[in-house]
Amino acid sequence: MEQTVLSVRNLTTSFARDGLWQPVVRNLSFDIRPRETLAIVGESGSGKSVTALSIMRLLPPTNSRIAGSINLMGRDLLRLPDEEMRRVRGNEVAMIFQEPMTSLNPVLPVGFQIVEALMLHRGLTRVEAEAETVRLFDKVRIPAAKSRLGEYPHRFSGGMRQRVMIAMALACKPKLLIADEPTTALDVTIQAQTLELIKTLQAEEGMSVLFITHDMGVVAEIADRMLVMYHGDVVETGETAEVFRNPCKPYTRALLSAVPQLGSMTGRERPMRFPVVDIKTGEADTPVETPDTIAQADRPVLEVRGLTTRFDIRSGILRKPAGCVHAVENVSFSVQPGETLSLVGESGCGKSTTGRSILRLIEPRAGTILVEGTNILSSSARALSEARKKMQMIFQDPFASLNPRIKVGNAIAEPFLVNRMGTRAQARDKVADLLVRVGLKPEMASRYPHEFSGGQRQRICIARALAVEPKLIIADEAVSALDVSIKAQVVNLMLDLQASLGLAYLFISHDMAVVERLSHRVAVMYLGEMVEIGPRAAVFGNPQHPYTKRLLSAVPVPDPARRRMARSISNAEIKSPVRRLDYIPPVREYREVSAGHLVQSWGEEWAA
Amino acid sequence: MLAFIIRRLLGAIPVVVLVALIIFCLLYFAPGDPATIIAGDLATPEEIDRIRVALGLDQPFHVRLGIFLLNLVKGDLGTSIFSNLPVTHLIAQRLEPTFSLGVLTVLLSVVVAVPLGALAAWRARRAVDRLALVVSVLGFSVPVFVVGYLLIWVFAIKLAWFPVQGYTPLSHGVGPWLSNLVLPTLSLGMVYIALITRITRAGVLEVLSQDYIRTARAKGMGDRVIIWRHALRNAAVPIATVVGIGVALLLGGVVVTETVFAIPGVGRLLVDAILRRDYPIIQGVILLLAGIYIIVNLCVDISYAIFDPRIRY
Repeated sequence: MEQTVLSVRNLTTSFARDGLWQPVVRNLSFDIRPRETLAIVGESGSGKSVTALSIMRLLPPTNSRIAGSINLMGRDLLRLPDEEMRRVRGNEVAMIFQEPMTSLNPVLPVGFQIVEALMLHRGLTRVEAEAETVRLFDKVRIPAAKSRLGEYPHRFSGGMRQRVMIAMALACKPKLLIADEPTTALDVTIQAQTLELIKTLQAEEGMSVLFITHDMGVVAEIADRMLVMYHGDVVETGETAEVFRNPCKPYTRALLSAVPQLGSMTGRERPMRFPVVDIKTGEADTPVETPDTIAQADRPVLEVRGLTTRFDIRSGILRKPAGCVHAVENVSFSVQPGETLSLVGESGCGKSTTGRSILRLIEPRAGTILVEGTNILSSSARALSEARKKMQMIFQDPFASLNPRIKVGNAIAEPFLVNRMGTRAQARDKVADLLVRVGLKPEMASRYPHEFSGGQRQRICIARALAVEPKLIIADEAVSALDVSIKAQVVNLMLDLQASLGLAYLFISHDMAVVERLSHRVAVMYLGEMVEIGPRAAVFGNPQHPYTKRLLSAVPVPDPARRRMARSISNAEIKSPVRRLDYIPPVREYREVSAGHLVQSWGEEWAA
Repeated sequence: MLAFIIRRLLGAIPVVVLVALIIFCLLYFAPGDPATIIAGDLATPEEIDRIRVALGLDQPFHVRLGIFLLNLVKGDLGTSIFSNLPVTHLIAQRLEPTFSLGVLTVLLSVVVAVPLGALAAWRARRAVDRLALVVSVLGFSVPVFVVGYLLIWVFAIKLAWFPVQGYTPLSHGVGPWLSNLVLPTLSLGMVYIALITRITRAGVLEVLSQDYIRTARAKGMGDRVIIWRHALRNAAVPIATVVGIGVALLLGGVVVTETVFAIPGVGRLLVDAILRRDYPIIQGVILLLAGIYIIVNLCVDISYAIFDPRIRY
């Protein structure tokens, strides 16, 4: 048997908190063999990223302490002097990070950021290093590699930046690649491309990969073996296929059953709660379909017709508009009371802009928005604030959307008081009631946001949105930033609230598996236009538009047995909706496939 | 970029006009009559009136304003009431010392403060950092004239390394020019060194916690490369802003420093003119300072685009 590449024994990493050393990773041991991919899986706070940073010794030495041994090809990295460790980093062990948008230095050309590593570790001259960088760019399939060398990171899309990061990691032919959530921040189609690329390059270079992720779909797709972590401890480890087929530990079972699986809703009409699994026993309850909440006979709570939002791009001495972002182009749909319509699509498709235009947080160029029959685009300021009471929004980042210096009780009461819906005493009662409704305790009202976890904060945001008794909630990626188990809980909460309050949701998301679970109807957006809309079962079960098909096929399947082998890597980036000024949007026709299922007729560009 | 510069220069025209207007009004309504001062204590009312007519001071407000603006467009800032020389000429004579002092001070501040601040951030909460803090506190709290007299006493009187006061033009050689400017530059620069050190430290410290610094460390880059190549340029925008503000504040400090070190610069010209109510000179100097400030601001904005490729105008 070949020598192991990395052998970690009894790794314990502690952080100093309030003068005490608190372990965040306890007694972790694992091996990685040559050309093997090991995935470390866990939710936030499980210690998986800290493990990666411990191996690289990238934790701040003043407030962290690493014990145990980390053996790389026979050398204990923890015993190496700093200078020698520097020669290991980027050379023998390379790392890719989660956030491609912030992981590259914005003021240095991308090529140079690779060149400097080549010059440092491989002793190449500037010219040689540049030639090598072009070769690396070609290898990670960055089109027009040579001309893009001198460009700065902001000119690259997220997927392309992650390719630059991969090229950088491969530069010195490392024996081990550590990938810390490398695809989490990427769109599904780009995620699929990136995973495929890592797999191909691993085979070409003969590297071992340590893959850190929270996404079971990604694990099933890429890992030979997996290691499940929970609160700093190893829960379970084994061959990926074996763990998926036969998880031994309750936590692993809980984690696996909380994973939203695309296709799990086939044959059902209405949304369904996620199964709730007890972490201690691993027993899941059997969720039932939600009751019929849609008031079909009533007038729609929201009707959007021909909504168009564009942004000018200005340049030149006189700041004349030189181009135009067609963010939302002629979009129409309606939402019934008690109904969930999901807007899906990838970054830049205009789904968030649509949500914001409806609330007039962004001023649309054209169209009508009827809220219970009142057109809010032509109404007075007074009528607008009246309409806004009926629609509330929750945002993606529960950390950023609560003011850290306002107690959560006051944050929830604020919209109630601003809209003069009652006295302060009534507001207090309302806050207590809302906190109970979203599954928190009334006495939590006097705490500050930092005392809550991400999931709890999102519950607080939901409570705040409910304070003005809205008819419709626009949820912009409201569960995307949450861990799987928390995500399931928040989705369940949203479904319960829909049943008890008759709420309608406009659910904006890129997460197809969650959308499948909770929507009544789905609208697919691409480059600002709606390409397909219809009942959830019809769109997911019988997708018509090529883009819908591509989107659905890119979602990773959390089942190692159904791993899609070696697809050809498409390097297609998501196109941009920036148009010339004289661009006239084509008149689109929609074809009705079945009752309520409309598909945009597509042109030549989708022929292939 | 060129479009941006042109647009900014065009945008500066209304600012200059507004400044000119405000200065004119200020002096128009200011108490004290230049004609009385010129005529002297023994003059008869008739003599004063004659002088007033000669200076155009008897004209109504709008006529005087019109003449003032028209001359301004022609580049004529008027004639000194006291010395009868053109204001542009008087200012030009005094520009070199002030410019020398100003430019040297800014250079010294940046050259000392930026590395010191970066070092303090790199070694945050260690000895170097604490030393930098001490330097900053001293720079902030000790007034320019105290520093000036202290430096004169130690380096000019006790050690006799540099001349006590005065100014030697650059045309007499770099050595003499510099030796006269060392002490004034040091005393004027203290507060800017303090300010820029603090801003650099804060900026670099913030940048050091960014993801791309972690990436650079993961690549195996050494600390020095990380500070100088990766961190400092990202922290440059706030530093450039403060240097720009510093230049504006410097113009105020120059007046005091030129007095302490007896340097015949614009600051002294202004002080003398105010004491003599030499209105055309006061107008001219303030307009010059406003112009300098507009240009400095433009340079700062351009430097943003140089430091940060994401900024496009």
